Amino acid sequence: MEFDTIAAISTPVGEGAIAIVRISGEDAISIADRIFCGKESLTEVPTHTIHYGFLEDPKTKERVEEVMVSVLRAPKTFTREDVVEINCHGGVVSVNRVLQLVLREGARLAEPGEFTKRAFLNGRIDLSQAEGVMDLIRAKTDKAMNVALQQVEGRLSHRIRRLRQTLIEAIASVEVNIDYPEYDAESVTLAKLKEQVIDVREEIVQLLRSAREGKILREGIQTAIVGRPNVGKSSLMNSLVQENKAIVTDIPGTTRDVLEEYVNIRGVPLRLVDTAGIRETEDIVEKIGVERSHQVLKEADLVLLVLNSAEELTKEDEALFQAIEGLEAIIVLNKIDLDQKIEEKRIQELAQGRPIIRASLLKDEGIDELEEAISRIFFEQGVETTEMSYVSNARHIGLLEKAKEAIDEALHSTEMEMPVDVVQIDVTRAWELLGEIIGENVHDGLLDQLFSQFCLGK
Amino acid sequence: MPKKVPTYGGEFDVIVIGAGHAGTEAGLAAARMGAKTLMLTLNMDAVAFMPCNPSLGGPAKGVVVREIDALGGEMGKNIDKTHIQMRLLNTGKGPAVRALRAQADKALYQKEMKNTLENQENLQLRQGLVDELIVEDGVCKGVLLNTGLAYYAKAVIVTTGTFLRGTIIIGDVQYESGPNNMQPSIRLADHLKELGFEMERFKTGTPPRINGNTIDYDKTEIQPGDEEPRAFSFETTKYITDQLPCWLTYTSPETHQIINDNLHRSPMYSGMIKGNGPRYCPSVEDKIVRFHDKPKHQIFLEPEGRNTKEMYVQGLSTSMPEEVQFQMIKSVPGLEKAEMMRPGHAIEYDAIVPTQLWPTLETKRIENLYTAGQINGTSGYEEAGAQGIMAGINAVRKIQGKESVVLDRSDGYIGVLIDDLVTKGVDEPYRLLTSRAEYRLLLRHDNADLRLTEIGYKVGLISEERYERFLRKKEAIEKEKARFQNTIVKPTEALQKMLQEKNSSPMKEAVSAAHLLKRPELHYEDVARFIPSEGPVSPEVQEQVEIQIKYEGYIAKQMEQVERMKKMEEKKIPEDIDYHQITGLATEARYQLSKVRPLSVGQASRVSGVNPSDISILLVYLEQGKLARKKEA
Repeated sequence: MEFDTIAAISTPVGEGAIAIVRISGEDAISIADRIFCGKESLTEVPTHTIHYGFLEDPKTKERVEEVMVSVLRAPKTFTREDVVEINCHGGVVSVNRVLQLVLREGARLAEPGEFTKRAFLNGRIDLSQAEGVMDLIRAKTDKAMNVALQQVEGRLSHRIRRLRQTLIEAIASVEVNIDYPEYDAESVTLAKLKEQVIDVREEIVQLLRSAREGKILREGIQTAIVGRPNVGKSSLMNSLVQENKAIVTDIPGTTRDVLEEYVNIRGVPLRLVDTAGIRETEDIVEKIGVERSHQVLKEADLVLLVLNSAEELTKEDEALFQAIEGLEAIIVLNKIDLDQKIEEKRIQELAQGRPIIRASLLKDEGIDELEEAISRIFFEQGVETTEMSYVSNARHIGLLEKAKEAIDEALHSTEMEMPVDVVQIDVTRAWELLGEIIGENVHDGLLDQLFSQFCLGK
Repeated sequence: MPKKVPTYGGEFDVIVIGAGHAGTEAGLAAARMGAKTLMLTLNMDAVAFMPCNPSLGGPAKGVVVREIDALGGEMGKNIDKTHIQMRLLNTGKGPAVRALRAQADKALYQKEMKNTLENQENLQLRQGLVDELIVEDGVCKGVLLNTGLAYYAKAVIVTTGTFLRGTIIIGDVQYESGPNNMQPSIRLADHLKELGFEMERFKTGTPPRINGNTIDYDKTEIQPGDEEPRAFSFETTKYITDQLPCWLTYTSPETHQIINDNLHRSPMYSGMIKGNGPRYCPSVEDKIVRFHDKPKHQIFLEPEGRNTKEMYVQGLSTSMPEEVQFQMIKSVPGLEKAEMMRPGHAIEYDAIVPTQLWPTLETKRIENLYTAGQINGTSGYEEAGAQGIMAGINAVRKIQGKESVVLDRSDGYIGVLIDDLVTKGVDEPYRLLTSRAEYRLLLRHDNADLRLTEIGYKVGLISEERYERFLRKKEAIEKEKARFQNTIVKPTEALQKMLQEKNSSPMKEAVSAAHLLKRPELHYEDVARFIPSEGPVSPEVQEQVEIQIKYEGYIAKQMEQVERMKKMEEKKIPEDIDYHQITGLATEARYQLSKVRPLSVGQASRVSGVNPSDISILLVYLEQGKLARKKEA
């Protein structure tokens, strides 16, 4: 797979107004062309030219982004391969959408340092320049592995394992009928295989939608700031926004009727949902009503509960604690520069072990601690850089997308009434792709399953 | 005993030690390629002997028999002349997994093969026990017999099967023996160790044989062969029509009870057997212990030939003491009065760790020495034959100063087999399964000739006449495919009626014949009727056209994967590479790569313990070397 087409975001994530998604390899131009709508087809334009147009999701026909696309044909490019650079809006969401589209159309997410490596392998860089390349690969890979390891231990890998087990049992049932046609195992019908595969597809879709890692990337962590009026919610928001160069994105074509603020906190993209209530620092409990606040909280991945430590705890505060029961939350005790009236012991009881941050938003105190607490919640071991956490996550999403596609193809084959062993080719592909997520792709795994599931022999 | 001074026996191009399924293919290939060849067998009556099941082929294995045939081997032709039953398996499934299986007349199979060897020009066949190899300066120069005779050769191929330090185990009885109580080869096993080869100990087993006259067939189900005549070889024109059936019965609760009661007497469980047995071939006691919920297991009764009453009891492989075997047999419905003719037993033997071989099957340690078959850790007649022919071809090519012939994983199951052996090694006897192949839609039994005849012809094992015929077939397929693609069929009344009969939805508009053929419920002849004929089309061509059109999309997808794989296979690694000099390689990768010494980056990526990042570093290192050399020049 060394010289397939690769892609990555080549500008720092979440910073700057423009981001660039770079694609390199044989299929770079055709991939870009499939999603690009402009005056001309990218396959026909001269090299080293830049083109204005839109990106369109070929599946939904939805316009995704307004872009400028550079087409650079081999060999006069950085990698000496065909290269396409897509310039798009710099927001986390928009650039990710572009990357996901490119990956879905057949590019593979580049490993760290891979563009440089290709430049070298294709003879673009000379020996002296290249000496650092090997260290680069090793160093970056080690970092990637650290992040990968964390995730291997996480929930995601647990679920992936379960999915793979379901698939491998289905595959083994097909295989046993092929390699041991006379063995008295129940033969696997298309209908049965389809049933098993649909279940797995459903789970993958769910994973894609809800897995925290994936969600962080695509949407940011949905974060609700709640609290009584005048406790400092808007100050908190402003502090987070100012400190972290937020990108305000108004995503066209979506039905959301609210503005969303994206902030990038130590590699964790937060989506601060800016409902009217929160923005205007009006009391969410009073104004929108308990129903609505529950709704907002239900959708939140993270709640920042702001309390005024210069006042005593009120009934409303207690009600808010009840409302966030069981949610991931951080308690922000604001206004610590004033005389303290709040009973901290009671707060600790109510917090149930969740972090409590003492802050004075007016004096810019406690923001660092809050950011630390946020990043600790989402990357328990801490993530070294924004890029790393980003890369390994996008890789997972890309693989999950591809696994889903493989399953879709398998399902399509069942519609076409292809023989079960032909359908199984795509099921096996899905199994392998899921294995890549958790670094398990040993083909022998299938044989182990075959011989432990069935009693075969002479 | 003082060492005897060897007597000069003669000089050859190639010597093959052993005349089993690997040895016969190796010897025939060598002789047919023009090399003066000597074949040595321990026992002249054991040429092409089948020590276990009386059958050849089946899924994956049947494809291998056809691949051997396409390369110019003998196995397919020989079984076509000597089978008692032939069946096409997996007919209800896709084309990729269909496979032929033959029940062999064991004695006849041997007789025919021996006859072929005897009449082969350039080939000398003699009985003799090889004690040692003659090795000078790391190059194999010949063999030394136990009688003191020395034969010299430019290349030696070792195909010793299960003879190397063979030990038969039945219950608590254990004795040194080759298969079927033949003399084992002990000295050669020691000698290979002395030469520095790393050896492993494997185990396999065989079920008892019973007298067919003592079977109550009324209690069994008949398993007949296919009515349609079939053949493995692309050259066979005479078909055997007179077939014998097999019979199916099952173990009973009593069988399971007997086995459970006597488990302590099984050498598998008493710890007497040390060799690794194959998971895919467990003994019946193994099956009953591991799958204790399964109420009964299948037992197939297979005739060992036409002129014998001996029946092979497939499913009852065991190494229990004989008296327990008696009870086990009698507990099976239909076998209450069965007389045992040979007991089931386990056999342990030495095998060479196959990562010590190049993909040509030449050993890395000693030049001009090749090994093939069970000695390389495989099991099965077909796997042996496949290695035999490849070793034979490569030994002769080397002598003749020609380029070696290595099949890759997309060329055939033979490529998969040998690549697995030399790249990954084995920890149990290796059997081919369709699931070991990544590109199984390409590796079909129906296209084995299309894949490999060209190679067989190039090395000189395919006759001009057969090659001509092959080219004509290829052309006919292309022509017929083009005709289907270029002919438009209209939804006429007759056509709609046919569709209705086939439960196929009616046509709305005119489409190409190829498009129509893609419908799963339609076959070649259904569509061909509606397009103007351009002369007769042979059934083989029809089959190819149908498969190639029907599965076009899937085949194209696999071809793409193959292309990607090939790019990595084309990146060669110099033989003198020193992995310890490459900074950045993980320790495990360094160790494994030094051991296997892969020839290409593709092969390196399949070595166990090597990660993608190691491959990246290897690529960079190779590129640096190239640049440095360029600068020097």
